Amino acid sequence: MELSLQTPRATDHLDVLESHALFIMREVVAECERPVLLFSGGKDSAVLLHLAVKAFAPQRLPFAVMHVDTGQNFPEVLAFRDRAVARVGAKLVVASVQASIDQGRVRDPGPMGSRNRLQSVTLLDAITTHGFDAAFGGARRDEDKARAKERVLSFRNAFGQWDPRAQRPELWQLYQGKVNPGEHVRAFPLSDWTELDVWQYIAREEMDLPSIYFAHEREVLARDGMWLAVGEFVEPRPGENVETKTVRFRTVGDANCTGAVLSGATTLEAIIDEVAVANVSERGATRADDKFSETAMEDRKREGYF
Amino acid sequence: MDLLTKDLLRLATVGSVDDGKSTLIGRLLVDTRQLFDDQLDAVVAASEKRGVGDLDLSFVTDGLRAEREQGITIDVAYRYATTPTRKFIIADCPGHVTYTRNMATGASSADLALVVLDVATGLKEQTRRHLCIAALLGVRAVIVAVNKMDAVGWSEVAYRGVVDEVDTLARELGFASATSIPVSALLGDNVVETSSNTPWYEGPSVLEALETSEAETWTTAASGARLPIQWVLRQPGGGRTYAGMINGEPLEIGATVVLLPQGVETTINALNFGGESLTSAPVGLAADVGLAAETDAGRGDLIATAPLPRVTNDFTATLCWFGDRPLETGQRLRLKHTTKSTPVRVEALTGLVDIETLRVRECAALDTNDIGLARLVTADPLVVDDYHVNRVTGSFVLIDDVTNATVAAGMVGHASFL
Ligand SMILES: Nc1nc2c(ncn2[C@@H]2O[C@H](COP(=O)(O)OP(=O)(O)O)[C@@H](O)[C@H]2O)c(=O)[nH]1
Repeated sequence: MELSLQTPRATDHLDVLESHALFIMREVVAECERPVLLFSGGKDSAVLLHLAVKAFAPQRLPFAVMHVDTGQNFPEVLAFRDRAVARVGAKLVVASVQASIDQGRVRDPGPMGSRNRLQSVTLLDAITTHGFDAAFGGARRDEDKARAKERVLSFRNAFGQWDPRAQRPELWQLYQGKVNPGEHVRAFPLSDWTELDVWQYIAREEMDLPSIYFAHEREVLARDGMWLAVGEFVEPRPGENVETKTVRFRTVGDANCTGAVLSGATTLEAIIDEVAVANVSERGATRADDKFSETAMEDRKREGYF
Repeated sequence: MDLLTKDLLRLATVGSVDDGKSTLIGRLLVDTRQLFDDQLDAVVAASEKRGVGDLDLSFVTDGLRAEREQGITIDVAYRYATTPTRKFIIADCPGHVTYTRNMATGASSADLALVVLDVATGLKEQTRRHLCIAALLGVRAVIVAVNKMDAVGWSEVAYRGVVDEVDTLARELGFASATSIPVSALLGDNVVETSSNTPWYEGPSVLEALETSEAETWTTAASGARLPIQWVLRQPGGGRTYAGMINGEPLEIGATVVLLPQGVETTINALNFGGESLTSAPVGLAADVGLAAETDAGRGDLIATAPLPRVTNDFTATLCWFGDRPLETGQRLRLKHTTKSTPVRVEALTGLVDIETLRVRECAALDTNDIGLARLVTADPLVVDDYHVNRVTGSFVLIDDVTNATVAAGMVGHASFL
């Protein structure tokens, strides 16, 4: 028997991953009262939004899209967020870390300080305020050793915490998202995708992405073994040299803790070639926030980080 | 053809604690260069910090704080590897009896079980239990890595002794194939390259065996087409389509189908994926279909082609019980089967599987991690196949109504070896 999609092509592992993700999204929407899709403007959440549209086509998305805004974004990423959300006609909820600071929910780390860890409080507050009981995230198990252990549907207690020692069994494709009031689940439809799968899928689907994923010239400085983009949130300290380099970003987090990689890849094809032979992991290359301890990610997940 | 292509293999590691599962997976990943430099550096650093020599490969997969502190695997770690011939999704499962529920989680979607055991200690009860669960869950192919061969001076006699024991069990459990390989996960012998330390062994390395294994995919089924309805989509013209993943057999426009449990016979008049229309759709596709008949279908109903599943609210099943407290006759729980949830009562516990003998004996209750047989009665009718006919329509979980915890894995009917 032949697969006959209208646009004929051979089926491959991307089709398997794609259909599995669509299945997960429909299960969560059917089983939970108020799901929301966490959208950072990065490539993984862009793929997530693309999949959500496919899962419910031709209807509109049956859930809102939420951006936890640290106020330290790359402007290109914010522009992409607004473009992407407008195109699919989704409702955008912005949960602001600045508002959490203004309300005294968290302490201001100062204009140059990292707001990465503060996001957890803002996110959990927003989940409570809006009564969300499920949040889709774009996390992948190949990103980190704690994520490698997490279920597709990951249960969070009323304090938003993940208990890695007592995860619900998750058998077959029987995803079980029932929670009591105040609790919620995080749903990770991209769990089994690798970085390379994500890029291949973006290329296959001819998706739009923030421009900073492609090679461009930028003023950077070397700090903590990374190239940081000089700008509003990163200023040179004494002894640091500002240089102009051709770079691109492998992940997009906050402007002050996301490193660029030296690269001339201006097309998806060139990026895929680079990813296929990369010898440093995505987070290792570009995220200062994961470097503090051996189990940095696990500790933050326990606190409610996505 | 299936969407579930042969170039993607899902495997689960099986074995008792300390037999070297994590080390073997670490070795496979390192020797096939799946690890990034910074990940390898982190493993080296973690090993040094705990004074365990230069490189403890089990740190590649044991990622949780409690796991590193106690030196055991608590939960499944998923790893991804790509070689020129195949992509692998590896579920590295915990060996400890307390975490059997997590092992079952990893094995429930596996096409193949990679069994690791220590040549010096042979087949332990926990390995028997895991192999038994893997067989119950429908895993058909096993590769047995007889590990720590370096510690017994590469003795062929020691190897043969363990292999005989494993082969006997594998036959009893009805596995379609079982390939045994003498390895040292620690030193890498016969893991990626075949080793000169075992001149008496002429078979493949673990990697070669994985790359060439003809494992059936976990959705391989002997049933007709099955589409459990997940969600109803409204189409612009006013019609509706029913979204769900196709399994069992492909579907095509014009096919005669039956909507169950209603029993309405009709034909498929629309077939879509992601908003695009198709003329036929393969197994594994998360499609949406339109039905010619005017019917009131919704989530929990099922679209099927012959041979049809049965509609019942009273059936026997095999249970892996994970609850903290024993399961007893009369207990009420919630059952999730395909896309339907319904209250369920344990009408009778009909037996407990003795892991040593694989015999079923009478029992009053199932304790945590026991495997047993039960007669279940549900409030709403279910549309089921026996598990060995279709893993999707033959599987269910039991859920505690108060905590919402998943407390059992269930399979309709029972395995042929019971
Ligand atoms: N001599 C020897 N020791 C091994 C071998 N493989 C693993 N070990 C050791 O056995 C212990 C348990 O290994 P580990 O991979 O953590 O076992 P797991 O509990 O099955 O994941 C560790 O101390 C390993 O270094 C081997 O091939 N030879």
